[in-house]
Amino acid sequence: MNPDRRAFLQKTGKLLVLSASASVAWEAIVAGRPETAENYKMSDHWWGMVIDIDVCIGCGNCVRACKVENDVPREPLFFRTWVERYQVTPDDLEHPTVDSPNGGYDGFPVQDKVDEKVKHFYVPKLCNHCHQSPCVQVCPVGATFVSPDGVVLVDKTYCLGCRYCVQACPYGCRFIDPRTQTVDKCTLCYHRITKGLTTACCETCPTGARQLGDLKNPKDPIHEFLRDHHVLVLKPQMATGAKVYYNGLDGSVR
Amino acid sequence: MESVLQSVQGFMYPNEVELQWGILIVLYPFTTGLVAGAFILASLERVFNVEAVKPTYRLALLTALAFLLVAPLPLQLHLGHPERSLEMYLTPHTESAMAMFGFVYLWYLMVVLVLEIWLDYRKDIVLMWRDSSGPTRWLYGAMALWSDNISPASLALDDRIGRALTVIGIPSAFLLHGYVGFIFGSVKANPWWSTPLMPIVFLFSAIVSGIAAVMLVYMVTAWWRERAFDMGCLDTVARYLFYAFLIDFSLEMLDLIHRIYEADESFRALDFMVHTRLYTSQVLVQILAGTIVPLGMLGLTQLVQMSEKARRRIYAMAGVLTLIGVFAMRWNVVIGGQLFSKSFLGYTSYKMNFATREGLLPAILLLILPFVILAVLIRLLPPWKVQRRGAGVSG
Repeated sequence: MNPDRRAFLQKTGKLLVLSASASVAWEAIVAGRPETAENYKMSDHWWGMVIDIDVCIGCGNCVRACKVENDVPREPLFFRTWVERYQVTPDDLEHPTVDSPNGGYDGFPVQDKVDEKVKHFYVPKLCNHCHQSPCVQVCPVGATFVSPDGVVLVDKTYCLGCRYCVQACPYGCRFIDPRTQTVDKCTLCYHRITKGLTTACCETCPTGARQLGDLKNPKDPIHEFLRDHHVLVLKPQMATGAKVYYNGLDGSVR
Repeated sequence: MESVLQSVQGFMYPNEVELQWGILIVLYPFTTGLVAGAFILASLERVFNVEAVKPTYRLALLTALAFLLVAPLPLQLHLGHPERSLEMYLTPHTESAMAMFGFVYLWYLMVVLVLEIWLDYRKDIVLMWRDSSGPTRWLYGAMALWSDNISPASLALDDRIGRALTVIGIPSAFLLHGYVGFIFGSVKANPWWSTPLMPIVFLFSAIVSGIAAVMLVYMVTAWWRERAFDMGCLDTVARYLFYAFLIDFSLEMLDLIHRIYEADESFRALDFMVHTRLYTSQVLVQILAGTIVPLGMLGLTQLVQMSEKARRRIYAMAGVLTLIGVFAMRWNVVIGGQLFSKSFLGYTSYKMNFATREGLLPAILLLILPFVILAVLIRLLPPWKVQRRGAGVSG
């Protein structure tokens, strides 16, 4: 065989093989699969969040950022995260006055008269990413699941839209997205945290009231925070294994 | 947003403002309850040899089948993605109470009801196959699975298998409806639902509604065919209805008293709801008009000697009121469980649409459909003796 022809065939062959694999690789890049992002191993992480009620100012940045980042429907009242304002009088601790106008999206209206006797504080809420989650338990097809890194996620291509999980969540964190007729909830910005970023709500919180934490990372400051503060989860009697830890949570909070 | 919030009183978590389950999900426990109840009435005759209720035996089985065929339709209509519902069979999540519905349903439909009806009717089907012609002949032939063996030995075998099936069928009927109760009773997030009594309350109210429905169907069909009522049968069925109702009412009251006495953290919110948004459907319709009044009427027939005509009227009225009461009970469980916030700080209300996918119109159609199916079934498989062409009387 003529050496030139051999070289030509070899080069052409390489080009064909390489361009085929390049096109496969390109497709994967275009499809965008954050969970397979480089250096991210799901088994190395166990995500949770701490929320410091004492420093939350109820600005609503987190609510707005979440809606934009995750394309959450604006109307009428669907939230992956929202902020509640509590007003508790000392002589009736069990029956607080609570409001959350538009989920705190526009902040809270300033009150003209501040009653000195009344205790005021804000409580940001989101999915608690429970590891014994009742919503995961009840899904008839397993469309909602806890990922190996401890995030409760929904496979929207599999969800039947039966709404049983919405009923089963004790915290009111789920809703049906009217555009897809499937369930929607906080993903803990899974597309961000698997790339080494924090969640949109934590990113935009001006006071650092919300902190994403990796409970499997010994260097994560969440361990120090949990050690130094008296933290509590919402509705601990539900025994759901919630992983959103609140500092300064008042007994009146539901 | 303002219109959504108009119905809210106090504070609800924002995502709670929209109700998740509407009237179609009310229909689901109501229809499966009728199935279970009708089947249990049929089983009385078969297993316990209660001769008096024999005229209702086949009617009860056909009623159960008609309602069972319709039972999954409201669920299917309600799903956001009905085209994915088959996934419940293919990839069920075994930890989910709801995932078992398909299997419980299929078991009950195919193994219990269809097989039992087939075995009971096999001789009639073969006779009708022999007597008919044209497409009807083909239809009965197919229903007989092209086997015309009705020798005494084969009929005796049918009877033995049928009896065994009924014995399996009773726990299956208990399973079917107890299971529906479990779907609600196991939701720990919702204190209105979360009680281990839920499956058993559902079961007994199912038995009550099924007996009432079969009693009414028997009365209507007898009246339609211009036949005299078998009063012995009616009296017995009404007596069973009375006893089942007493147990059901006791259980419901036990649940109520327990809640009031225990008065846990949810009590204030639920008590307020029952006295306001649920007052009409719970206190007036379910407890008063749908339970105490029919119980009193049925009790009266047990205590006082009455004419046949008076008893017939009382049974008819009590039957209708019972069905309304049980429907209201389903309504109060399903809708009531969503009218209060899981924060126990607020309430919303249910706004029913009319001609939408989950509106009142499809619900009404789904309640009429079982009766259409029942009419077809009765025509196809007459539950009573029919005059056949030259073949005398059979059935």
